[in-house]
Amino acid sequence: MEKEPIIKCRGVHKWFGDFHALKGIDMDVYEGEVIVVFGPSGSGKSTFIRTINRLEEHQQGDIYVDGIELSHDVRNIEKIRMETGMVFQQFNLFPHLSVIQNITLAPIWVRNWPKNKAEEKAMELLQLVGIPEQAEKFPGNLSGGQQQRVAIARALAMEPRIMLFDEPTSALDPEMIKEVLDAMINLAKSGMTMIVVTHEMGFAREVADRMYFFDEGLIVETGTPDEIYKNPQQDRTKLFLSQILQH
Amino acid sequence: MAIKELDQDIMRPPQPPGLIKWIRDNLFNGIMNSVLTIILFPAVLYLIYLILNWILVTANWRAVSEFPMLFAVGQYPRDQLWRVGVIFSGLIFMLGVSWGRWGGLLRMITMVVVGFLVLIAVLPVQHPALTVQMRLYLGGNLVFAALGFLIGKKTKLKEYLIIIFWFLIPVGGIILLAGFDSSAQLPAVPTTLWGGLMVTILLAAGGIVLSFPLGVALAFGRRSSLPVVSAFSTIFIEVIRGVPLVTILFMFSIILALFLPAESRIDRLVRALMAVTVFSAAYSAENVRGGLQSVPLGQIEAAKALGMGNFKTTVFIVLPQALRAVLPAIVGQFIALFKDTTLVVIIGINDFLGIGRSIINSDPEFVQMRTEVYIFMAVVYWIFSYLMSLASRRIESALGVESNL
Repeated sequence: MEKEPIIKCRGVHKWFGDFHALKGIDMDVYEGEVIVVFGPSGSGKSTFIRTINRLEEHQQGDIYVDGIELSHDVRNIEKIRMETGMVFQQFNLFPHLSVIQNITLAPIWVRNWPKNKAEEKAMELLQLVGIPEQAEKFPGNLSGGQQQRVAIARALAMEPRIMLFDEPTSALDPEMIKEVLDAMINLAKSGMTMIVVTHEMGFAREVADRMYFFDEGLIVETGTPDEIYKNPQQDRTKLFLSQILQH
Repeated sequence: MAIKELDQDIMRPPQPPGLIKWIRDNLFNGIMNSVLTIILFPAVLYLIYLILNWILVTANWRAVSEFPMLFAVGQYPRDQLWRVGVIFSGLIFMLGVSWGRWGGLLRMITMVVVGFLVLIAVLPVQHPALTVQMRLYLGGNLVFAALGFLIGKKTKLKEYLIIIFWFLIPVGGIILLAGFDSSAQLPAVPTTLWGGLMVTILLAAGGIVLSFPLGVALAFGRRSSLPVVSAFSTIFIEVIRGVPLVTILFMFSIILALFLPAESRIDRLVRALMAVTVFSAAYSAENVRGGLQSVPLGQIEAAKALGMGNFKTTVFIVLPQALRAVLPAIVGQFIALFKDTTLVVIIGINDFLGIGRSIINSDPEFVQMRTEVYIFMAVVYWIFSYLMSLASRRIESALGVESNL
């Protein structure tokens, strides 16, 4: 039985001016898969997942998300963005809105849900990420870990079919990384399709189906966590892994 | 009990020094400072005495006290004053409603304004303007404010309804003030007769309300990716900002009239309002643009990632943060606008300052009292400007609690 991938990338190129950031990325992601993307900084991994919901525009190649082609058509872009939630390194919560307003804003104004339905959903999600008591607070009064969990809830409130995580724990103090990873692990185990840019190798080992190692705008190596950790094929992968696993 | 015991172990911050200690530490620490304090203290007292003595004894306030209505409404026909009264009471009523609904600073403003009116109503002096009817009317505003307060407090009025009414009253008010050519009950009152504080407030409030959206539009226009829109906005802003307000007032009052056919003459006051609006909009636009630039790109990306289009991103995410960032600058701009309205004197509109000047010039005796008249007007301008500044700070702190991401 041939199942269509939910995300299909073929020969994706991206330039920033003259800098060739993505040099032909191919990737298929199937529903329910958890993909971990890792690699040195400047390798194009963040750029890549930002092309999936068009925060960056790719200049060559094709990207299909949920069967919709990502092109210049604004309607397609907004449709894809409704189906893909994104969590950012810097949280990017809206500082002028309370936690619950952060979460309900898009469901109310983009999905046209009635306010009480959106709020019920928001409380459910806050329960899920473990901070229902913070609903009325403003982002500025939360810790980094709490903010990132709100950001996850905010993305989930749109009931996306795919979740993109762009280095979600890189801006966090060490003691807060676990609470965010736990929320992500729960999400992964619930069957959500996820692409995660991260260097959290424990997380990758626990839930990733496949891992992609990016370097200099190319996919250098791909495989299951077991294959990548125990038996990396490429020298660059070995070197990078030895550097991040040393400490 | 446990808490009390615990309390004794907690280290407390050092108490601020008592009054005696403060005086000793700050005013008498050393011989030099003690001498200075001993010399300056009576000097300051004497200065205060001089000022009070001038205000209460030397100064002759007749040029101010004889013409309260002139200062308030200019030459507006005295038999049509009830129109001004209706609008004024309408605003007092809305002030009461807003107090009941939102509280905070509005409580203080309402109480100060109404308290001031009641004080005048019961003032135990004889004054031709303070007729029994006038006293009743002034005192009656207490009832309007109280009624408004109760309505605002008890009925859960929607906030947008209150805001809509705040706009409807001035708009309806201007129509009421102007009247109709053909009406016997509401005869037309030409704007040449309007004057005083009424015109100053009208120009300032009108200018603020109209220039703000125009300024926001220009700010977006300047950032627009459409070259025509962006070029137009940039040229508009730079030209207006590069020209003194006096020039713009002249342009609107004289040149505009030359270009338009005679039958479509725009009213003098409206032309002044247009000039003030355009002037203020150019400055507001730059303030707002500064705010727009202060919103981090990540905010816009987060909104887009949630599927929000450009318009929704702007309305819900960018504008609220941008305006909050530049609120002090915008209010500063409004205060400047309020004071700039005094320039309409040069195109022959008798605003508050204009009335003061014409009173001074009307009688050689009053020329002697010009200091008093100008001081009185300065105080009135200061009160309004300070209220705006106070309101701005309250709004800032109300908004500021939730910031600092």
